Amino acid sequence: MSNTVIKVEHISKSYILKHQNEASYTALRDVISNKAKSLFSSNTKGQRKSSEEFLALNDISFDIKQGDRVGIIGRNGAGKSTLLKVLSRIVTPTKGKITIDGRVASLLEVGTGFHPELSGRENIFLNGSILGMNKIEIQKKFDEIVSFSEVERFLDTPVKRYSSGMYVRLAFAVAAHLEPEILIVDEVLAVGDAEFQKKCLGKMKDVSGEGRTVLFVSHNMVAVKSLCSKGIVLEKGAIKFDGNIDEALDVYNSNISNAVDNVSWAIEDAPGNENAKITSIKFKTAGNYYYIENEIEIEIEFYNFSDNHTLNASISIFEDKDVYVFASPNLIRIPLTKGIYKSVCKIPKNLLNKSKYFCTVLLVGNNFEIITQLDKVISIDVDEEGTQRGNYFGYWGGVVRPHLEWQNIQIDKL
Amino acid sequence: MNKHRIIIEPGTENSNYWKDLWNYRGLFYFLAWRDILVRYKQTAIGIVWSILRPLITIVVFTIVFSKLGNFKSDGGIPYAIMVCAAMLPWQFFASAFSESANSLISNSNLLTKVYFPRLIVPASTVIVCLIDFFISFLILIGLFFWYHFIPDIRILMLPLFLLLAFITAMGTGLYIAALNVKYRDFRIIIPFIVQIGLYISPVGYSSNEVYSRNIPQVLKYIYALNPMVGVIDGFRWCIMGGETPLHIPEFIASIGISVLFLFVGIWYFRKMEKSFADII
Repeated sequence: MSNTVIKVEHISKSYILKHQNEASYTALRDVISNKAKSLFSSNTKGQRKSSEEFLALNDISFDIKQGDRVGIIGRNGAGKSTLLKVLSRIVTPTKGKITIDGRVASLLEVGTGFHPELSGRENIFLNGSILGMNKIEIQKKFDEIVSFSEVERFLDTPVKRYSSGMYVRLAFAVAAHLEPEILIVDEVLAVGDAEFQKKCLGKMKDVSGEGRTVLFVSHNMVAVKSLCSKGIVLEKGAIKFDGNIDEALDVYNSNISNAVDNVSWAIEDAPGNENAKITSIKFKTAGNYYYIENEIEIEIEFYNFSDNHTLNASISIFEDKDVYVFASPNLIRIPLTKGIYKSVCKIPKNLLNKSKYFCTVLLVGNNFEIITQLDKVISIDVDEEGTQRGNYFGYWGGVVRPHLEWQNIQIDKL
Repeated sequence: MNKHRIIIEPGTENSNYWKDLWNYRGLFYFLAWRDILVRYKQTAIGIVWSILRPLITIVVFTIVFSKLGNFKSDGGIPYAIMVCAAMLPWQFFASAFSESANSLISNSNLLTKVYFPRLIVPASTVIVCLIDFFISFLILIGLFFWYHFIPDIRILMLPLFLLLAFITAMGTGLYIAALNVKYRDFRIIIPFIVQIGLYISPVGYSSNEVYSRNIPQVLKYIYALNPMVGVIDGFRWCIMGGETPLHIPEFIASIGISVLFLFVGIWYFRKMEKSFADII
C-alpha cells in the first residue's frame, strides 16, 4: 500500500522580475526595437534594464505515499500555490523532476470555467469535463452532485443569477465528486458559509478515507489539522519541515509568532520605586503553545523593600485590534513583609479566542498609588487545538471564546 | 508501475501529448458545446444570425462587384452563387482564424487553473466556426433553388477543400494564438489581417480576373501564395461545375502554404505552450 505516488526531486521554479521602465507584458515594438538596437551596438547587453531572478520554489524534494493526506502550509508567498501549479502541470518547473503515478485532479479554484450565461445543469457538465471527468461519469454522478449542492430548483437558471453561495456550492459539489487517485486542493474551504464548509471538509475526509492521496493547501489550520496526517511547511520557496502534521503545525506556528511572552529586568533597572519593583512578568502554560483549551497563567515577580506594605498587582488584557478585553486586579490586599514575591493570575481555559493578546501590568501600593504601569508589556498568540469545536471548522469570531453552558429542554411533545 | 505515470521535467517533450489530447476529447467537445450555447444566449433571433450575416454580405458583394463594378462571373453562372461559393469558406476562415487567435486569452482563467493540452482551446473554437459554416451552407442551397442551378458531380469533392480551409484556419490560428499570448499587439493586427484578406482573396471577384490579366507570372504566384486563394478556387471549382478552372501550379502553391502553416503553427504552439500559464 505504501508505495510512493508522488516523487518530487529538486524542483525549482524561477520567474524573472522586471523592474520599472519595462512593460508588464512584452510588446512587439520593444522586441523589434531591442533587436534593432542590438544590431547596431554591441554593448547593449551590459546596460540591460534591471531585472532579477525570483525563486518561487527553491530546490524542493519530497515523497508522498499512497493514501497520505498532506497539508502544505506556509505564509503568503511561501510558494504553496506555485508548488501546486507545478504538480498540476499548469506551469513547468525551471529545474528538477517530478514523477506522479496516478490520475491527478487539481482543484485550484472553485468553479474553474463556470460560464455565467450557462445554466447550472450545463455548468455541471462543463466544469466536470474541465476537471477531467468524462460524460458518462458526470451523468452517473449528476443526481448526487445536484443534491449535494442543494440547488435543485435553480438547475435551469443561468448561474449569473445565482447567489454567490449557490454558485460556490454547485462548484464544490462538482469537484467533490471527482474520483481521481490523487487530489490536489488549494484553499477551497475559504468560501461558502460555515455549514457548507463543514460539509466540504466532511466530503474531503470521505475522499481521503477511500485510500486516495490528498494534497491540501489552506490557511485554515483547524481544517488542515483535522484533515491531514502529514504536513509540509514551506518558507520562502524552500521546505522548512516535512513530517507529521502536528509537528508541522508547531513549526509553522512558532514561525509566525512575534509575540514576547516574558520579560525580566535586573533589579537595578527594574521598573518601580524605592518601595517596590517588578523584576519579571511572564505568560505560562502547560506545553509549548498557548492553546485556548488550556489554562494560561500570568506570573508577576516583584521586590518589596519595606515591611507592612500593602501591594497588589493588576492586569489588563487587550486583544490584537486594541479591544480592551478585561482587567483583573489582585483583590488580596494584605500588608506584606520585606521580600521577593510572586503573584500568579490564572486565566481559565476556554476563555480567550484565537488571536493575539497583550497584557498591561500595574503594581499598586499602600494608598492605591500606582507604583508602576507597564503598558502591553508582554503578549501571546493564542491558538487552538480544535478539541472544543464540535464539528465546526470555520471562523469563530469574538475577542473571547468562553465555553458556556447550554441546555436543551423539551418543552412539549408534538 | 501505474499506467497513469506522469513525469514532469523542464524542457523535455511530453511523449504522451497526442494521447493526452485524445484523453481530453471530452473537454474538447464540451468547450465547443459551451461556445455554441453561449454564442446566441440572450439574442432575439439566435442562430438566424449565422445565416443573416453572410447572406447580407453576399447580397452587398453581388451588387457592388457585379452591378457597379461590372465584373463577370465564370461561365455565366449567377454572380450571387459565385460570391456565395467564396463567401462561405472565407467567413469560416475569417471567424476561425480570429476567434482561435483570441481563444487562449479569453480562456485565460482555464489556462492558469487546470491542466489540459492547450491545443484543445483553439481547436474547439475552429470546430464551432465549422458548425457555423454548415448552417450558412443553407444559403448556398437556397441560391441553388432560387436560380434553378444544379451543381454537378464535382460538388462531392467539396469536403476535400473544406479540409484545406480547415487546415489553413487551424495553422494560422494556432500560430497567432500562441503569439497573442505573449504579444497582445496581435489583438489589433488580427482584424486588420481579416479585413485586408477579404480584398486580396477572390471573394467578390473571380481568380480568372487575376490569372487572365496580362501581368508578369511572378505576380500571379504572389497572388496564389495567399492560401485562401486555393481554398476559394477549389470551392468554386466544385460548386460551379468546373466553370472556374483550377490553375494547378498556383493551386499547389496554395496548398503547400496551407500545410506549411499547419506544421509551423503546431510546432510554435507546442513550443510556447509550456509557458502560457506563466505569461498570459
